[in-house]
Amino acid sequence: MEATIEVAGLRKRFGSAQALDGMSFSVQPGQVTGFVGPNGAGKSTTMRVILGLDSPDEGTATIGGQPYHTLRRPLSHVGALLDAAALQPSRRARNHLLWLAHSQGLSGRRADEVLQLTGLASVAKRKTGGYSLGMRQRLGIAGALLGDPPVLMMDEPFNGMDPEGIVWMRGFLRSLAAEGRAVLVSSHLMSELQDTADHLVVAGRGKVIADTSVASLIEAASGDRVSVRTAASAEAMTVLAHAGATVAASGPGVLAVSGLPAERIVAALTESRVPFGEVTAHRATLEEAYMELTRDSVEFRAGATS
Amino acid sequence: MTVIAPYQSQVADTRDGFGQLLRAEWTKFRTVRGWMITLLVTVLVMVGFGLLSAAGTTSSCAQDTSSGPGPARSGAGCLPTFPLGPGGEPVSDSFYLVHQPLTGNGSITTRITSLTGLVQPPNGSQGPGPGDTQPGVMPWSKAGVIIKQNLNQGSAYAAMMVTGGHGVRMQWNYTGDTAGLPGTVSANSPRWLRLTRSGDVITGYDSANGTNWTQVGTVTLSGLPSTVQVGLFGASPDYTSVVQNFGGGTSSKGGGPTQVTGVFDRVTLSGGSAAGPWASGYVGADNGSGIGGYHQAGGQFTVTGSGDIAPIAEGHGGPADAALTIHDYLLGTFAGLIALAVIAAMFMTAEYRRNLIRVTLAASPRRGRVLAAKAIVVAAVSFVAGLVGAALAVAVGTAVTHSRGYWEFPVSGPVEARVIVGTGLLAAVTAVLALAIGTIVRRSAATVAIVIVTIVLPYFLAVASVVPLGVADWLLRVTPAAGFAVQGAYPEYGQVTAIYSALSGYYPLGALAGLGLLCAWTAVALAWAAVLLRRRDA
Repeated sequence: MEATIEVAGLRKRFGSAQALDGMSFSVQPGQVTGFVGPNGAGKSTTMRVILGLDSPDEGTATIGGQPYHTLRRPLSHVGALLDAAALQPSRRARNHLLWLAHSQGLSGRRADEVLQLTGLASVAKRKTGGYSLGMRQRLGIAGALLGDPPVLMMDEPFNGMDPEGIVWMRGFLRSLAAEGRAVLVSSHLMSELQDTADHLVVAGRGKVIADTSVASLIEAASGDRVSVRTAASAEAMTVLAHAGATVAASGPGVLAVSGLPAERIVAALTESRVPFGEVTAHRATLEEAYMELTRDSVEFRAGATS
Repeated sequence: MTVIAPYQSQVADTRDGFGQLLRAEWTKFRTVRGWMITLLVTVLVMVGFGLLSAAGTTSSCAQDTSSGPGPARSGAGCLPTFPLGPGGEPVSDSFYLVHQPLTGNGSITTRITSLTGLVQPPNGSQGPGPGDTQPGVMPWSKAGVIIKQNLNQGSAYAAMMVTGGHGVRMQWNYTGDTAGLPGTVSANSPRWLRLTRSGDVITGYDSANGTNWTQVGTVTLSGLPSTVQVGLFGASPDYTSVVQNFGGGTSSKGGGPTQVTGVFDRVTLSGGSAAGPWASGYVGADNGSGIGGYHQAGGQFTVTGSGDIAPIAEGHGGPADAALTIHDYLLGTFAGLIALAVIAAMFMTAEYRRNLIRVTLAASPRRGRVLAAKAIVVAAVSFVAGLVGAALAVAVGTAVTHSRGYWEFPVSGPVEARVIVGTGLLAAVTAVLALAIGTIVRRSAATVAIVIVTIVLPYFLAVASVVPLGVADWLLRVTPAAGFAVQGAYPEYGQVTAIYSALSGYYPLGALAGLGLLCAWTAVALAWAAVLLRRRDA
């Protein structure tokens, strides 16, 4: 049985809204898979379907080849953090983990272990009503880890975390993947996944828009553009345009050049004695790559109605 | 990319069973301090009401201390005392008796040719109290033959009698009552009555003509001494009628004492010693009525008496009105049920409110089992709270009543145990109903409102007598409030006219039937909840 999440052809309609419209992807072990897309793309619904909480109109979702509802002691197959606020505020953190542990036939000792693992041991006796959102996220992850599962699934785990928490979370997710687990992390902010995800499933309007490794996505978005740093922007633009390139100013003293390889740019500028600081191949950020992909899928874009 | 071996869960392989789920739900319940405190509050509220009931009864005592008809009083003038029958129940045992001893086996036979009397109906619109005396008999005015252990009140007996409105009856030991020939007695339609004693066994016969006899009943009065009293008696209970008040309530209107006169002839005694002289007088006191006597002329006995030989019906308007009852002590049950319904509902609705239900159902995908585990947990904790609350309320109420010198309407140990355990079960099933409704509607406030409207409100309407008896009866037969029948501690007596209403602790359904009806409602709600829980997206 391989530790993967398989989602095939999920469709689900809530009233007039088509929440899922043929969502299909799979999550591989040993890497962090980012599940990104704008709000309303169907990420949370997909996760609920995977956990057997929502039933799809069509399609299947399996964990290691099995539908979730057939799993016995499911938390040892897949751990999930859907909503960090899903807590009884008057219950103490350890007690929250304790009942969850008991439901899987686990003891309080395992609850203590995951509290230690998520850095909550010192606040375990506090009522969760007094927890910050960041602490609740950690508690949610502690709950997901109770069964030490090969598959982990987290919905927006970076929400409400302070910068220190985000750094911790990134490292933690990477280490979980490094142990051979399949880790699916959703986010509506690509930047959060920049240095975390190995693979990306990009969703929009209830289906997968792109299913690709992070490296190839960035490469595709970067294109053949080259950045030129120069104090003499006007002259450089004239020279390069004359040489057949498309030139645009991308910042003060920085030109974005496309249509001309870097060597030809250097040669042309040198020939015309235009001074320049550096010529570098442009590397798109994950954010840019993502914006490019989801441009058509964003449901509510700023300015669209004006 | 390097291929990494799939991860294997390292936590110990443990059992996956319903027991684990049950344990998880119990952990969930006990770790919310507010819920545990509510259990304690439930107990305290029930005890508090019991205490108030026991400590708060003063008025009916104060206004009733005047002398006059009614039971003997003792203590601080507030403690009515009633003789207890062989079964331990309080009884009326005051009647006029013409008697002589009978040793060994034997029988008494007589003919009754007339049953007449005088009654004092209530004073009409001019308020309570007896009005003018007029001829008439009460339905349970009675005259006949009796074999009685001795002349002490509450001693064992068996009797054959004619009654004002219920034909010939055989009655024994106060609570026993069997019908014989129907119809009223007159010179044209006399009734022959016979009682025979053989050891402890008394057999009653009746006849319309003195030739063809029918056995009405045979009873065993265990421990009957060799010598008993045998004789002719007359008894007629105080005027009582049950009236529907304007606005739906009911009350009894009491009149004054009544009297009955029976005319006997052909009196035959057999067995034992030969027929001796007759003695006469009241068993018990005549309660100051001054009524009673007998006249013998040429084999004809005319016996006039007042009073009754019957059990005392607990309650409102009756002679034991001022008595405290187990029902009074348990008055707080409704409040306890509301408190338990709140936590039982929240045990489910709080999860919906915060989406915790998703964590629960992800951990335990078999949803029916989750509902079952929750039901067992709320049932168990509510049973304990209801049981402890009821037991303490009864214990505290009894202690306070005794310490204040009030009289408590007695119940037998098994009945008391049944009422207390029944109250625990009532609490448990009500809590499960609240849980089921909470699962269906997913809102705490709406759930508690539904529980109150279906269980507590019908009970209140019935008990507070704001609806007519018929409606109250119907409410307690149909709604989940029928479960309150587990607290019905006193039997209804057909041979005693009284208001058998929920206010006095009488329920139209028996304890098991009432609880069964509540269980049936709960089962329906639970089944519906299970279907919805399985079908709905969490």
